[in-house]
Amino acid sequence: MNDAQLQYEGDGPAHREVVLQVEDLRMHLHTRWGVTKAVDGVTFDLRAGETLGIVGESGSGKSMLALSLVRLTPEPASRFVGGRVLLDGEDLIALSDKEMRRIRGKKISRILQDPHQSLNPVFTVGNQLKEAIRIHEGAPTKDETKRRAIDALRDVQVPEPERRLKNYPHEMSGGMKQRVVGAMAMVYTPSVLIADEPTTALDVTIQAQYLTLLRDLQRRTGVAMIVISHDFGVIAETCDQVAVMYAGRFVEHGPVAEVFDNPSHPYTRGLLDSHPRYVGRGERLRSIPGAPPELSDLPAGCRFRARCEHAVAACGESDPTPVRVSNQHTAWCFRTEEAPWADR
Amino acid sequence: MGRPLIEVDNLSKRFAVMGGPLGVRTVGHVRAVDGVSFAINEGETYALVGESGCGKTTTARTILRLFTPDGGQVRVEGRDVHALTGVELKEFRLAVQAVFQDPWASLNPRMRAGTLIAEALKANRRVSKAETKARVAALLERVGFPAWKADLYPHEFSGGQRQRIALASALITDPKLIVLDEPVSALDLSVQAQVINLLKDIQAELQTTFLIISHDLDTVRYVADRVGVMYLGQLVEETRAEELFEHAKHPYTRALLASRLALHPSERGEGAPVIGEAPSPMEPPSGCRFRTRCPHAMEICEQVPTMVQLDVGHTVACHLYSQ
Ligand SMILES: Nc1ncnc2c1ncn2[C@@H]1O[C@H](COP(=O)(O)OP(=O)(O)O)[C@@H](O)[C@H]1O
Ligand SMILES: Nc1ncnc2c1ncn2[C@@H]1O[C@H](COP(=O)(O)OP(=O)(O)O)[C@@H](O)[C@H]1O
Ligand code: SF4
Ligand SMILES: [Mg+2]
Ligand SMILES: [Mg+2]
Repeated sequence: MNDAQLQYEGDGPAHREVVLQVEDLRMHLHTRWGVTKAVDGVTFDLRAGETLGIVGESGSGKSMLALSLVRLTPEPASRFVGGRVLLDGEDLIALSDKEMRRIRGKKISRILQDPHQSLNPVFTVGNQLKEAIRIHEGAPTKDETKRRAIDALRDVQVPEPERRLKNYPHEMSGGMKQRVVGAMAMVYTPSVLIADEPTTALDVTIQAQYLTLLRDLQRRTGVAMIVISHDFGVIAETCDQVAVMYAGRFVEHGPVAEVFDNPSHPYTRGLLDSHPRYVGRGERLRSIPGAPPELSDLPAGCRFRARCEHAVAACGESDPTPVRVSNQHTAWCFRTEEAPWADR
Repeated sequence: MGRPLIEVDNLSKRFAVMGGPLGVRTVGHVRAVDGVSFAINEGETYALVGESGCGKTTTARTILRLFTPDGGQVRVEGRDVHALTGVELKEFRLAVQAVFQDPWASLNPRMRAGTLIAEALKANRRVSKAETKARVAALLERVGFPAWKADLYPHEFSGGQRQRIALASALITDPKLIVLDEPVSALDLSVQAQVINLLKDIQAELQTTFLIISHDLDTVRYVADRVGVMYLGQLVEETRAEELFEHAKHPYTRALLASRLALHPSERGEGAPVIGEAPSPMEPPSGCRFRTRCPHAMEICEQVPTMVQLDVGHTVACHLYSQ
């Protein structure tokens, strides 16, 4: 592995305990138009202090996977048709709604793309933070609660935290609100934090600062994170492992530097190649032709086949089986071993 | 590439900010665009970049006559855009087209693609039905669709495809200028590449002039000839695209460039200058507006910096370069 620089000081996450185990998870949505196989056989482990990135085009099922993990999938459409989600050994899919409420937001927490969905506009930021602290820690004294709220804001580098407690969400900028949402999520010291497109709505300047903050937060607390993004830049900035998702499934999964250096699925290669940064002005950008398949009308065989320039007859006949690229690096493609896309 | 097609001359545009208990009282003004000057030459692609709220869209919409300026002028081929009437105004409407970020907003969902593309022609010019149909077919093909797709509705196209339809409908009048406001921001990267390649082809083939607004600096470097960097309603730096990426001068431009995310995990955390967020455009700082976030701010920065020329075609408004 050549990602020594990505390891934390001390023991790397690879040696830590597994906090979240997802095994062959399948969550389908039943609608008037048919059955959308939004999550269709996803498996991964997540260790304490580790960040897994999930990347893919819009509609590939990333958000539905995130919602499945906290059991907030759209009702009444969603059905868990297979698999398990083990959090500290307990299967979340088998829990009652009531039991799930005990865990959601506390042991497994989400940061949403749009802070408006996480913050209540009619209460001050201080009220909301203090409420969370009271619920989490029984009934600490008023002073203690306030002190904890100020610390929580200071942890996410909100300037003048004491004054900020009195602000309503609309009195804060987008970047500041996103920090407050981060502080709220961390009050409960969850084992797993899921950030779904955490910076998509932010300007580049704020985005870079926020990702630095997420990294620091993790280094301090050791929380395991799942960062969902359509942007490989966000993944490069934050993740240890990355999974590339396409049409409800992982098509590649491995250590982030390995996947960047040796993309072993043509879809990953295509996504990395479509970035304009290092393309000369006289050259053409590489794009992936076409669009992803309808999740309610999936083709037989490899789901990427219709857009794949390397497809062979076998690709249309059966699902690709996982191919080991290295110890921790897997790709689901019939041609991974030949990798005809490698020399470009 | 030659004479200026568009001249933006000391342009200002303010918006009233409503407040009070009923939200009907004017409590202040946003100086969305505050004394901006630049020119776009015939056949070139000019880009405006900067954080959200810095006035890019307002500038573009004022050029398009969707807003009236509060100060300054926009001239097209030397004529004041906002003083045009009659035939000249009709001509302007054909000569200047726009494509916006959200293709839904610019495409009527109940019109078929072919009708949508022909729209601008119908409203403005007497062209025979047969000719219109032929032009639509040619344009559809130009943006990569078979002619029969003219019968489909917008919802039958994906986001990237809708943006190509929007481009075809902008091209039907043979415009001199196309304004593109964040044309690919809502699209996935792989699809962005399809649209950007198409833009490049059209640029090369038709020598159309483009004004492109984008917050993605990598896209701008790839498509634009010259770039203007805006901050809180003002232009702070302007130069050729390559020059900007290699020798940016203004501390704000440098911060924008440094904030771009790593494209490989080994470069992680290298950018991220800690410069906080932009102040409110209702109360911009006095002097250099960037000074509250600038790592180089000096005493003299309390005074307004003027635009100075550093090199042919490279101007910057910053006291680091004032003598
Ligand atoms: N509320 C819903 N009801 C039915 N289908 C949905 C709903 N939300 C999303 N979907 C479908 O689920 C699939 C996966 O969507 P999503 O997980 O949001 O993708 P991503 O986050 O990768 O962009 C898409 O086909 C989408 O149309
Ligand atoms: N129609 C409007 N009414 C009031 N304020 C506006 C309007 N349009 C833009 N603004 C304000 O003007 C400023 C510049 O906005 P805009 O031109 O949209 O910036 P950009 O396109 O660079 O993001 C912002 O502060 C914005 O809130
Ligand atoms: S399995 Fe076949 S079609 Fe699918 S990605 Fe690999 S080569 Fe392409
Ligand atoms: Mg999503
Ligand atoms: Mg805008």
